[in-house]
Amino acid sequence: MNDTIASIATTLGVGAISIIRVSGKDSISIVNKIFEGKDLEKVKSHTIHYGYIIANGETIDEVLVTVMRSPKTYTKEDIVEINCHGGIATTNKVLELLLLNGARTALPGEFTKRAFLNGRIDLMQAEAISDLIKSETDKERKVAINSLKGYGSNLIKELRSKLINIISNIEVNIDYPEYLDIYEVTTNDLKKSIASIKLSLLKIIEESENGRLIQDGLKTVIIGRPNVGKSSLLNRLLEEEKAIVTDIPGTTRDIVEGTILISGIKLNIIDTAGIRETNDTVEKIGVSKSLNALLEADLILLLLNNNEKITDEDLELLEKTKDKKTIIVVNKKDLSKKIDISKIKNQNIVYIDTLSSLGIEPLKEKIKSMFNLSLLDKTNYNYITNVRQISKIKECLDIIKDIEVGLENEIGLDMLEIDLKTIWETLGTIIGESYDEELLDQLFSKFCVGK
Amino acid sequence: MKYEAIVVGGGHAGCEASLALARLNHKTLLITGNIKNIADMPCNPSIGGPAKGVLVREIDALGGEMGINTDKSHLQLKMLNTKKGPAVHALRAQADKITYPKEMLKTLRSTKNLEIKEAIVDDLLVKDKKIYGVKLESGEEIQADVVILTTGTYLKADILVGSSRTPGGPHGEKEAKNLSDNLRKLGLTIQRLKTGTPPRIKKDTIDFSELEREDGDNVLRTFSYDFSPIYKIEDQIPCYLTYTNEKTHEIIRENLKKSSMYGGYVRGIGPRYCPSIEDKVVRFQDKERHQLFLEPESIYYDDIYLQGFSTSMPHDIQEKMVHSLKGLEKCEILKYAYAIEYDAIDPLEMKSSLENKIIENLFTAGQINGTSGYEEAAAQGLMAGINASLKLRGLEPLILKRNEAYLGVLIDDLVTKGTKEPYRMLTSRAEYRLLLRHDNADIRLREYGYQVGLIDEKRYQKFQTKLKNIKELETYLRETKISPIEKEIIEKLDTSPILDAISLYELIKRPEVTIDKLKKIGKIKKEYDAQVLEQVEISIKYEGYIKKALKEANKLKELENIKIPENINYNDISNIASEARQKLEIVKPITLGQASRISGVNPSDIAVLNIYLKRIKND
Repeated sequence: MNDTIASIATTLGVGAISIIRVSGKDSISIVNKIFEGKDLEKVKSHTIHYGYIIANGETIDEVLVTVMRSPKTYTKEDIVEINCHGGIATTNKVLELLLLNGARTALPGEFTKRAFLNGRIDLMQAEAISDLIKSETDKERKVAINSLKGYGSNLIKELRSKLINIISNIEVNIDYPEYLDIYEVTTNDLKKSIASIKLSLLKIIEESENGRLIQDGLKTVIIGRPNVGKSSLLNRLLEEEKAIVTDIPGTTRDIVEGTILISGIKLNIIDTAGIRETNDTVEKIGVSKSLNALLEADLILLLLNNNEKITDEDLELLEKTKDKKTIIVVNKKDLSKKIDISKIKNQNIVYIDTLSSLGIEPLKEKIKSMFNLSLLDKTNYNYITNVRQISKIKECLDIIKDIEVGLENEIGLDMLEIDLKTIWETLGTIIGESYDEELLDQLFSKFCVGK
Repeated sequence: MKYEAIVVGGGHAGCEASLALARLNHKTLLITGNIKNIADMPCNPSIGGPAKGVLVREIDALGGEMGINTDKSHLQLKMLNTKKGPAVHALRAQADKITYPKEMLKTLRSTKNLEIKEAIVDDLLVKDKKIYGVKLESGEEIQADVVILTTGTYLKADILVGSSRTPGGPHGEKEAKNLSDNLRKLGLTIQRLKTGTPPRIKKDTIDFSELEREDGDNVLRTFSYDFSPIYKIEDQIPCYLTYTNEKTHEIIRENLKKSSMYGGYVRGIGPRYCPSIEDKVVRFQDKERHQLFLEPESIYYDDIYLQGFSTSMPHDIQEKMVHSLKGLEKCEILKYAYAIEYDAIDPLEMKSSLENKIIENLFTAGQINGTSGYEEAAAQGLMAGINASLKLRGLEPLILKRNEAYLGVLIDDLVTKGTKEPYRMLTSRAEYRLLLRHDNADIRLREYGYQVGLIDEKRYQKFQTKLKNIKELETYLRETKISPIEKEIIEKLDTSPILDAISLYELIKRPEVTIDKLKKIGKIKKEYDAQVLEQVEISIKYEGYIKKALKEANKLKELENIKIPENINYNDISNIASEARQKLEIVKPITLGQASRISGVNPSDIAVLNIYLKRIKND
């Protein structure tokens, strides 16, 4: 950590300028060696300077150089940022010169790691930066920036201070049993505080579910027997909304046909093969994939034909989706009604006609109301969305369960207090106030280069 | 005359240290200001209590004397916290202030290899940062390979009452005037601490009829694991309770400026957890009353110790304060309360073995290290004695871990966090208190005591038998099953019906089923020692919690296993915050675990340090 690191902070090859960031105690002297203009070692902190990058007398690029001295910088170290012209060749050449002069390439996330290690940001903020960089929609960005401002940290800190209050009272009771006039914490007190802490944690989890919707979008699966109009529905939906063409991380085994936005929330529409039992090996793989997609789906659009009676295959699909959030979409509304809809228990039924786009709007409204999307739109984006943080909170909820069992079995408060302490510690690891080695390694290797 | 070891000071630390050394066959000299004050209890007449009681058991497990000596000399014995779980049960004794020192002196005098000398030590003999003896006030020099300082409150002691300051230790004894200045000259950091003691009241001038009585337990108990109780339940002497009132508080508030503390006459820092009565009145203004205890000091004289009422007010105000208390309206004060200021070293300057970092072969224990309390002192004295002996024998020191003993917590706290006020052992300082129970101190530590040489073959065999019986009973309970047909057993146990056959082991996990009940209904026929039954019952009933605690302790172990080389240069690690770097340089932690406990060293510093250690390991 003694050395000076450098990397290209902007996406390579896109845009009119590229920024190369250098951080470390030699950053100013290293840049100074290849810079023609003012003597950067003598300029004031947080100033920007015009000049040229020179190698062996040859001008490489015309640049603006920002000099920021420790400690008021992103990493708390000396930082220099070189704004050069955006071409791949130029940018790479400048980086290469920096490396030749004593800097080394930054590892993924290393700038942020240094910011954390040097105490500029806490762990949750570090994670928020990682999320911020990855955010695609405006809502994702807002959640991340709130996290960066310390919303989550404050929430956790509040819970921890509640815990420490009751912990310290129980400990005073243990250490000074002979003092009868010190307030003695009762089982009831513990029950109450545990209930309130549990409620807060559950709320965080619930909010995080919403937050996940914001970040990851709804996994939406369209199913139906052949020729019922699945691709037409897909096309209609995609036509209506401007599709974002993107790969969704973590869903590589699903084929995302397209993504649409409803009320600012992503709907990732996933293609499925049929689910009928088959002896064909290739088809079998397809079927098992489809079943998995169904299992993981947040929303299922089950397509039926208005013009035909319900078949065995339809019934099978209805059975397989009965525990999921499902909308029955009845296509071919324009044709005569032969379907016996009373056989279907699901109340979420929408009639559409994929030829004329009739019913597409009502379908979107239905989705909105099923997931409270309009409400989500108005809320404050205060969620804790990071997977690691959520799993720690779930750990705390498990320990609370232990405490509840303990209370039932009349286990003494001094024992249950040990669990309270574990919750306090675990919450501490969320905001980096307790040491958790595994976490640090995991976290900082996930960061993208440049930040 | 040359000794292998010299112990300076005959208090609780000094007694344990010199006994340990002499018992381990080192020719030892104990130097004390006054033989009459050996194992003296200048403050409260009690031993044990939460955390402290566990320390006494740990001393016993390792082969120290405090537990045995308390068993010989107490006036009352009581188990505290019995309504709470086993991890916080705590044995507490009212010790007789005459018998306790008398018995200890007897033991010291009958110990081979141990000589006692009355003198005041003035200076240390040090050459090339290594100690080789002490110099007395008389100018006489005595040589030894190791020296243990257990000077208590006597270093440059001043007695404070109101605005008066008089040099001297407790009981009007002479203080050690020059030793702390000479320690400073040798490069040690000296800090000033303060503590206080309440007034003593003449017993037959107290109206006990007005007061709440507190008796000893009606079960016979001992601190020591090896010896049977020698007292009678009915011979125990009661304590009494009284409270301060509005009038007391008024007197205190009116005269606050006359106290040494609030008059600005005190320089040393006193303990927060043991505040003077004026402190309590000032800090907890909304409290209508404060609880006080009247404890007998001895059956040989009349003093009653007024616990909770320590003060540094002048004598006339003390009279008024005491007479405002219920039951004490007409009482006679035999000894006035006073505060005492004394010099102590900075415990950050010692190693985990209690050896000084600056001067080799110099060990310190007790109040000189910034602690408070007889038990804390004795525990350190024992460890200093053990480690001085190991050093003499050229062996590695015995360093107990935080998950092994309160003693480990105590010393680790001192050498890692230091202390700015007299340090008291509290259960809340131990993160693994479920593992550090008073009932299993022998299981945790006796093996060490045996290895070191303080536990003889006979005591060790007794311990081995106990372990064997515990295993045997556990196996029996696991293998013996009750079937649902045996309804009468379930009925007798007064527990809910069972559906499948279930082992006695599982049955004991139910809150209402105890080993005692199983014995009564004849399901456990073999006779076991009470200690065995207790151990087995606790380990079954709290199995889940104990497992969790062990898991946590294992996490600690991982960090403890990452050693920090002695020659590490923290300046090489640029990304450690400067406050953390300073702290690390002072403390010189020996493991990453210890580093993580230094206040001012944050998790991020530990992360950086860990990365650095990995890198130099790979190089």
